[in-house]
Amino acid sequence: MVTYTGAVDPPFRLSMLIYDRRYRSLTLQAIVFILVMLAASWIIDNTLKNLADLGKTLSFDFLFRRAGYDIPQQLIPYNSDDTHLRAAVVGLLNTLLVSVLGCIAATVLGVVAGVLRLSSNWLIARLMTVYVEVFRNIPLLLWILVCLALFTEIMPPPNAYRGENPAAGMILFDMVAPTNRYTAIPSIGMTNPPGTLALGREGISWAFIAFAVVIAAALAGRRLLRSWARRVQDQTGKRPTTWWISLAMFALPVLLLTWYFGLHLIPPVLRGFNFADGINLDNALVVLWLALTLYTGAFIAEIVRAGILAVSRGQSEAAFALGLRPRRTMSLVILPQALRVIVPPLISQYLNLTKNSSLAIAVGYMDLRGTLGGTTLNQTGREMEAMVLMMAVYLALSLIISAGMNIFNVRVRLKER
Amino acid sequence: MSDTHSETVAFMRETMLPPQPPPLAQSGAIRWLRENLFSGPLNIALTLVGLGIVWLLVGAVGPWLTHSVWNAGSMAECRQIVAETWGQGATGACFALVKHRWNQFLFGFYPQALYWRPVLAFGLLFLALAPLLFSESARARRVVLGLALVLTLVVSAVLDAPGPALAGMAVAMLGWAALVEARPRPALLASLVYPFAAAWLLWGGSLWTEAMALAGFAMGFVVWRGLARFGLFAFALAVVAAAAWWLLLAGPLAAALAGVLPLRLQPVSSDQFGGFVLSITIGVAGIALSLPLGVILALARRSDLPVIKVLAVMFIEFIRGVPLITLLFVASLLLNYFLPPGTNFDVILRVIIMVTLFAAAYMAEVIRGGLAGLPKGQYEAADALGLDYWKAQRLIILPQALKISIPGIVSTFIGMFKDTTLVVFVGLYDPLKAMSDTIRASFEWKGAYWEPYIFVGAIFFVLCFGMSRYSMYLERRLKHDHR
Repeated sequence: MVTYTGAVDPPFRLSMLIYDRRYRSLTLQAIVFILVMLAASWIIDNTLKNLADLGKTLSFDFLFRRAGYDIPQQLIPYNSDDTHLRAAVVGLLNTLLVSVLGCIAATVLGVVAGVLRLSSNWLIARLMTVYVEVFRNIPLLLWILVCLALFTEIMPPPNAYRGENPAAGMILFDMVAPTNRYTAIPSIGMTNPPGTLALGREGISWAFIAFAVVIAAALAGRRLLRSWARRVQDQTGKRPTTWWISLAMFALPVLLLTWYFGLHLIPPVLRGFNFADGINLDNALVVLWLALTLYTGAFIAEIVRAGILAVSRGQSEAAFALGLRPRRTMSLVILPQALRVIVPPLISQYLNLTKNSSLAIAVGYMDLRGTLGGTTLNQTGREMEAMVLMMAVYLALSLIISAGMNIFNVRVRLKER
Repeated sequence: MSDTHSETVAFMRETMLPPQPPPLAQSGAIRWLRENLFSGPLNIALTLVGLGIVWLLVGAVGPWLTHSVWNAGSMAECRQIVAETWGQGATGACFALVKHRWNQFLFGFYPQALYWRPVLAFGLLFLALAPLLFSESARARRVVLGLALVLTLVVSAVLDAPGPALAGMAVAMLGWAALVEARPRPALLASLVYPFAAAWLLWGGSLWTEAMALAGFAMGFVVWRGLARFGLFAFALAVVAAAAWWLLLAGPLAAALAGVLPLRLQPVSSDQFGGFVLSITIGVAGIALSLPLGVILALARRSDLPVIKVLAVMFIEFIRGVPLITLLFVASLLLNYFLPPGTNFDVILRVIIMVTLFAAAYMAEVIRGGLAGLPKGQYEAADALGLDYWKAQRLIILPQALKISIPGIVSTFIGMFKDTTLVVFVGLYDPLKAMSDTIRASFEWKGAYWEPYIFVGAIFFVLCFGMSRYSMYLERRLKHDHR
């Protein structure tokens, strides 16, 4: 009998680093790594030399010095005596504000436009096609400039609202007054304010905390309710009606709190040359929000349309054949499949919107780029530090959003068996 | 039974009646209206809303557009003409501005006598692209070639190109078109020369600068092919040889050759670029450079070699994580810090580099999607044929992966072309904001807001919409499966 003892591995020779596929990859990686490190050290060396030539050092001290400039739109208290760091935080919050507002509005607009583009109504479908194609094929910057021109050129000045027979009328039940400098919207007032929770200079109203707690509790209650309903369905085959209970869980405490705190809207009123009592939204914010919404909405409309078209008709027919009602067909069969197609590109649109909000530079909205990468950079002359910090913040924002997307992708992935 | 019937009944109609037209409500426009606009209460409501929107839009913009003025010297004159023709208080668009200043939107501050050079560069672009983009459909290719040829010549003549230049253009373009038609493969080589020819036409100066840059590539290629049996080392040597050529020999040689045979065009500096010449220069350069870079990055990200993969992931995620504006600011503020003291290079080139890196990261993700979408059997089949990594990628994997990713690639291109407007924030004259602001700052056209935006927006729309339609055409043409 012949037994095969197996080939003996030849002893390692240096030439195998080049000719043997097992070792060649190691050689290649080592070379690439060394080259990249050399390039990086070359760049860092150049940077240090250049900075030294200009008499600069790398230091982030400037963040703790007095900023000395004002920011028109702020979510946390800020004045020109605050530090550059606080200015940067105000800018970051402004970026987040316009991004979140934009994402919400663009989603609503995009879903409506995407669904309507598939409508059997010829006129509406064509209108939506025109909207989508026009907004997708023209640069965002143009839409921002057009919206800016709309507000600065066409909107009336605040004092046009004055007098017995004003030249301009407020819209939305006399609650909103768009002017050429700001948009006055109502503020929220309380007849029975519960005081604020002081956190340094910021304060959070207890009313806000109460609402947050109530809504969180209602969400938890809704979860319990659903699992109970599922249990009952598993045991008896009948699903108890739960929608009015979950609605009541949200609505009742919220209404109760609203009544208790005496929540009401305070409409803006013209006093002197300007509107008072309400909130005067900087037009830069409104313009940027509007433009980002219209632009991103067109992209989201296409995503939604593709998602709806991706679920074949057979799916809903099969669900009906199983005896599911239309509403549950939608929630159990159609939506989960459409969402799997829609959500990943949707979130990358959110990411794009957040990054595009840096076009605030075109309207003078003080976002992160306007504060840290704009006025602070110009005043302190610390280009390197300010840019590195700004890019790091944007990068962190994007990575957080894409981490969220990855979690979603893993959860909804097709479980193939 | 009808046949039994026919024998028993005295009278029987022997000819068929001509078919009646369908009822009025079931045919033609009325039926179409009923089906598409008024099929139910919801549909009727939607139609009414749609009509309302159209009414509002037409009401708001219609009079302004129909009252437009095309012949005037200034905004005040426009307003006067509108008031005289349509009565006091009427508003009208003043497209006289476009007529007066179109050249600034298109060419920026490019010297007026030299407008034919960017036009020629743009026309040649289609000659260079024809063998690549329309390789299968001879008819489409001929239409593109013919249009490019005729339009370039006509536009150049209208723009007062000097006679010798026109004659030279006609000869060169006809020769190139004939080459594309007769010998497609050498025509591809001509396409490779195109970027250098375009750079020469746009920036002018001595031809030998661009020629020597091209010679560096040629030399690298010769070294690589000559030593091809050494595999990757040949490639490394080729890179070294080309770099040595550019750094040591190209400059002096170009100067010497220029002394012997001065082939010069009047130089145009980068700060004279503006408008669509700038946008299209950045856009085309970015597109041409980002595609190969994106392919390399995508392959690196899917590589089995961990170091290369990690480097690619870091690069791609970093670029995709920051806004383009910050990268442009890096180009204008920080790039000089990264290079040896005293280096200072052209701002357009810096912007092109940044835009390319930006687009390449997005491109890499699109192509990675295409690579991932390919069935595993394709990779295994390539291995089974005994192809090495690069041959397998080049012959089997990439052609299919790129084909799947065409829609994504083109939409990345469109996005990048739209993003070229952002160069205004680093001080370049983009057609949209910088040019509009410049023109609005002049005494005559103060207060003209909408006309520049409409003009520039329309051009962007045509270009981007054209690209997306081309990608649809390409998708259909390349779709060999699932018939």
